[in-house]
Amino acid sequence: MLGKLTLDAFKHGPIVTVGQISMVLGALSVVGLLFYLKRWKWLWREWITTVDPKKIGVMYIVVALVMLLRSLSDAAMMRAQQAISVGSNHGFLSSDHFQQVFTAHGTMMIFFVAMGLMFGLINLIVPLQIGARDVAFPFLNATSFWLYAMGAVLLNLSLMVGEIGATGWLAYPPLSELAYSPGVGVDYWIWSIQIAGIGSLLSGVNFLVTILKLRRAGMTLMKMPMFVWSVLGSMVLVVVAFPILTATLAMLALDRSLGMHFFTANAGGNPMMYINLIWAWGHPEVYILILPAFGIFSEVVATFSKKRLFGYAYMVWAIIAIVFLSFVVWLHHFFTMGAGANVNAFFGIMTMVIAVPTGIKVFNWIFTMYRGRVQFTTPMLWFLSFVLTFTIGGVAGVLMAVPAIDFQVHNSLFLVAHFHNMIIGGVVFGYFAGLTYWFPKIFGFKLNERFGRYAFWCWSVGFLLAFIPLYILGMMGATRRLDHYDASLGWQGLFIVAGVGVMVILAGVGFQVLQLIVSIMQRDKNRDKTGDPWDGRTLEWSTASPVPVYNFATLDPVTERDVFWSQKQQKQAAKIQYEDIHIPRNTPIGFLIAVSALLFGFAVIWEIVWLNVVAVLCIIGLVMYRTLDDNTEYVLTAQEVKALETKGAKA
Amino acid sequence: MKTPPAQLDKTTFGFWLYLMTDCVLFASLFATFAVLRANTAGGPSGKDIFDLPFVLTETVLLLTSSFTSGMALLAARAKVHKQVFFWLSATFLLGAAFLFMEMREFTHIVSEGHGWRMSAFLSSFFTLVGTHGAHIAVGLIWMFVMMFRFSASKISANDLRRLTLFTMFWHFLDIVWIFIFTIVYMFGALS
Amino acid sequence: MSTKKNGMSLRNAYLVGFLLSLLLTLCSYSLVTRHTFNNATTMALIASLAVIQLAVQLIFFLHLDREKRPHWNLLTFLLTVGVLIILVFGSLWIMSNLDYNMHPRSDTEEYIIKDEGFHKN
Repeated sequence: MLGKLTLDAFKHGPIVTVGQISMVLGALSVVGLLFYLKRWKWLWREWITTVDPKKIGVMYIVVALVMLLRSLSDAAMMRAQQAISVGSNHGFLSSDHFQQVFTAHGTMMIFFVAMGLMFGLINLIVPLQIGARDVAFPFLNATSFWLYAMGAVLLNLSLMVGEIGATGWLAYPPLSELAYSPGVGVDYWIWSIQIAGIGSLLSGVNFLVTILKLRRAGMTLMKMPMFVWSVLGSMVLVVVAFPILTATLAMLALDRSLGMHFFTANAGGNPMMYINLIWAWGHPEVYILILPAFGIFSEVVATFSKKRLFGYAYMVWAIIAIVFLSFVVWLHHFFTMGAGANVNAFFGIMTMVIAVPTGIKVFNWIFTMYRGRVQFTTPMLWFLSFVLTFTIGGVAGVLMAVPAIDFQVHNSLFLVAHFHNMIIGGVVFGYFAGLTYWFPKIFGFKLNERFGRYAFWCWSVGFLLAFIPLYILGMMGATRRLDHYDASLGWQGLFIVAGVGVMVILAGVGFQVLQLIVSIMQRDKNRDKTGDPWDGRTLEWSTASPVPVYNFATLDPVTERDVFWSQKQQKQAAKIQYEDIHIPRNTPIGFLIAVSALLFGFAVIWEIVWLNVVAVLCIIGLVMYRTLDDNTEYVLTAQEVKALETKGAKA
Repeated sequence: MKTPPAQLDKTTFGFWLYLMTDCVLFASLFATFAVLRANTAGGPSGKDIFDLPFVLTETVLLLTSSFTSGMALLAARAKVHKQVFFWLSATFLLGAAFLFMEMREFTHIVSEGHGWRMSAFLSSFFTLVGTHGAHIAVGLIWMFVMMFRFSASKISANDLRRLTLFTMFWHFLDIVWIFIFTIVYMFGALS
Repeated sequence: MSTKKNGMSLRNAYLVGFLLSLLLTLCSYSLVTRHTFNNATTMALIASLAVIQLAVQLIFFLHLDREKRPHWNLLTFLLTVGVLIILVFGSLWIMSNLDYNMHPRSDTEEYIIKDEGFHKN
C-alpha cells in the first residue's frame, strides 16, 4: 500500500531531530498565526490562486529566503565540523551525515535560493521595465512558481521522511546509482530538482516570449534597459540548457527505478556520459544565475552615478558573447577525468576567452561611475564589494582554466573558494543589491539604510574571512567534502578563521532580519509617495509604488533609452486617456498541478504505485480543464482605472 | 472570448519555444544513444532486433498523419466544419496505428528476453523511442479532446488556436521521427 | 497569415511536402536495404537525406519561409540547432576521446567482476 515507506523512514539521529523539531515548530507557528489572524481565505484568494507576477515574485523571494536560512545553517554546521574535527576529535557529525549536509547545502543554494531570488526579481521587474501590463502567459507563470515551491517542499520533506543523498550537489554516478546508494536520498534529490527544473524551464519560455513580444511600442531591442537584456540572455540559456538537465535526471531516475544501464558501472553503462551531460547544463546554469546580477548592477550603477550606462552596445554584445561562450566550456569541470591534451586545450582556451566579455562589463561599470555624482547607498556598496570579490574569483577562475593548474587544484578547497567567490560575491551580492534597490517599488517604502550598511559590512568582511583561507588550504592540499583531517597537517588554524568568517556572515544575516523588521515598523517614515525614490531612469519608476494590478494606466510609446529620465528632464505633462484593461482571473489550477507533481515525486521515491497513477491522472485532468476554460479574463473599465489612479494620487 | 491576432502570435511563438526545448531534450537522448549504441554487453545489437519493413510502415503512417493534420488546420481556417472532423479523425487513427505498432515492437523485443535491463544499448533505445511514443500518446489525448469540441459546436477562435498549436506539435514529432528512423533504425541496420 | 506566396497555396505546399518526404524516406530505406554502397558512404548519404527532409518539413509543413519579420521562429530554431550540434558532436568528441585515453571497456568490466566482487544484475 505504501511501497517502501515504513516507520523506519521517520527515525533519525539527534541532530536531524533538532532540525525536524525546528521545522515543525516553524510550520506550526505559521499555521497558528494564520488561524489567529483568520487569514486563510486571504492566503488562498490573494496569494495561492494569484496569477499576478508582482505577487508571484514576492512569493519566490519569500521561499528563497526561507531556504537561504536553512541552507546557511548547513554551511555553519560544515564549518563548525571542519574547525573541530582534527586528530582524535571526530566532531559532531558522522561522515555520512556530513555528506548529506553538503549535498543539501549545494542543492538548496543553487536550485532554491539563487534560482528563486532570480525568478523573483525577474517576475517583479521585467514586465515593468519593458512597460508591459503582464507576462506573456500569467497562468503558466503561476504554475512555474508552484512547481518551484513544491520542489522545495519535497527537498525539505527528505529531512522529515527518509534522507537526502550523500552524493554531492550533482550526484555523480556510479556513486549515485542504486548499487552504491540504495536509500531514497538520491531519489529525493532527483525528483525535487526535476520538479523545480521543469518550473524553471517553463518560466524561461514565458519570459523569453514576454521580452520579445510584449515590449511597449517603440522600445526596440537596443532601447531595452540593461537588466532586461541580461534577463533575455539568461532566459535564452534556460530554454536551451534546462532540457539537458531534465533528460539527464530522467535517465538517472530510469537507472534507479527501472533498472536501466545508462550510467551504471556494469552492462555497458557509462558514468562519464552523465558527467558530460550534467555539465553541459551546469555550466550555462552558472551564467543563468550571474547574468541577471550583472543586469542589476548595470541599473544600480547608472542610477546612483546619475549617468547613462557607459558603453551600452558593448554591454549588449558582451552578454551575447557570454551566452554563446558559456556553451563551449563545460569540459573544464572535468579536465582531470581522462580527456586528452587536445580536448583539454580547446576547452581551456574557451574558458579563458569568456573572461574577456566579463572584464568588459566590469570596466564599463567603473567608467559609468567615472565623473558621475556617485551616491553610496546600500545597493552601490554591494556593487563595490562585488567588484573586489568577483575579480578575485574571476582571476582564480582563469587560473584554473589552465588544465595543468587544474590538475593540482581540482576538487580541492581552492575550487570551493573560487565558486563561492563567484556565487556569493557575484550572484548573491547582486540580488541583495537588487532587492534593496527595488524594495520601495514592490512594497511602497524604503529599507532602513543603517542596518543595510551593517549587514553589508558583515557580509563583505565575513565573506573574505571565510573564503580567503580556503584558497590557501586548497593550495596546501585540503580537498572539498572533508569531514576529518590529521592534526599534523596544520590546517586547523585556517579552518577556525573560516569558521569565524561564517559567524560574521551570520551576523550580517541577523542585521538583514533586523533591517526588515525595523523598516516595516518605520514604514510610514520611509514611504515612497512619488513612485521614484532614487531618481531612476527606467520605466518601472514611472508608475506608483506599490504598483497597481495593471502596472501602467496608459501605454505611451517609448522614444529612447532611459525614457523615464528624459521625460523627467522635459517635464511635459502627458494628456491621460484611460482605457479598458483585461486582467487574468485568479485560478488554483497551477497550484493544484504542482501539488499533483509533488505527490507524483513522492510516490516515485517510495514506489507507491497507486499514488503515481492518481497523480498523473490529476495532472492530465487539470491541464485539460484549464485548456478548455475560455473564461480566463475580466475587464477593468476605464472609469475604474481612473478612479484607482486618482485615489492613488491623493493618498 | 475572441482571440486577437497578437494573442495568437504570442501563443504560437511560446509554443514554438517549447518545441525548441523539446528538441534539446531529444538531442540529449540522441547523444546518449549515440555514445551507448555499441555497448550491448553481450546482448543483441540493433541489427539483431530491428524489423525494417515494420519500421518503414510505421514511418509512412506517421508521415501521412502529419500531412492529414495540416489538412485539418486548413479546413478549420476555411471554416469547413465537416472536413475538419474528417481530417482530424484520420490523423487520430493514423497516430493510434503508429503507437499500436510501436507498442507491438516493444512487447516483441521484451518477450524475446531483450528488455531494457539487459544493456546500455537497449536502455537508450527504449528510452529514446519510448519518449517519442509518449509524446505521440499525449498528442492522441489532445486530438481526442479537440474532436469533441469540433463535433459539438462551431469553430471558435480558441479552437483554431488549439488546432494550430497541435499541428505544430504533430509536425515536430514527425521531424523527430525522421532522425529516429535514420539514426536508430537505419544506422543500426548497417553497423 | 497569407495563403499564397511564391505562387503556391498552402494546400499544395502540404502536398508537395508530403510527397517529397515520402520519396526521401523511401530513398534512404532502399539505400540501406540494397547495400548499393559501403556502410560509411550509405551512412553519410542517409544522414544528408534526413537533413534534407528536415528542411522540406520545416518549409512545407511548418512554413518557416512564410514567417514575417523579425523571424523570431527561424532565429530561435537556428540557435537551437547550434546548441544541438555543440551538444551532440561535443559529447561524441569528448566521449570518444575519453574512450581512447582510458582503458578498453571489456577489460575493465572483467577486472571489476573478478577482483572487486561486483556482479552483473
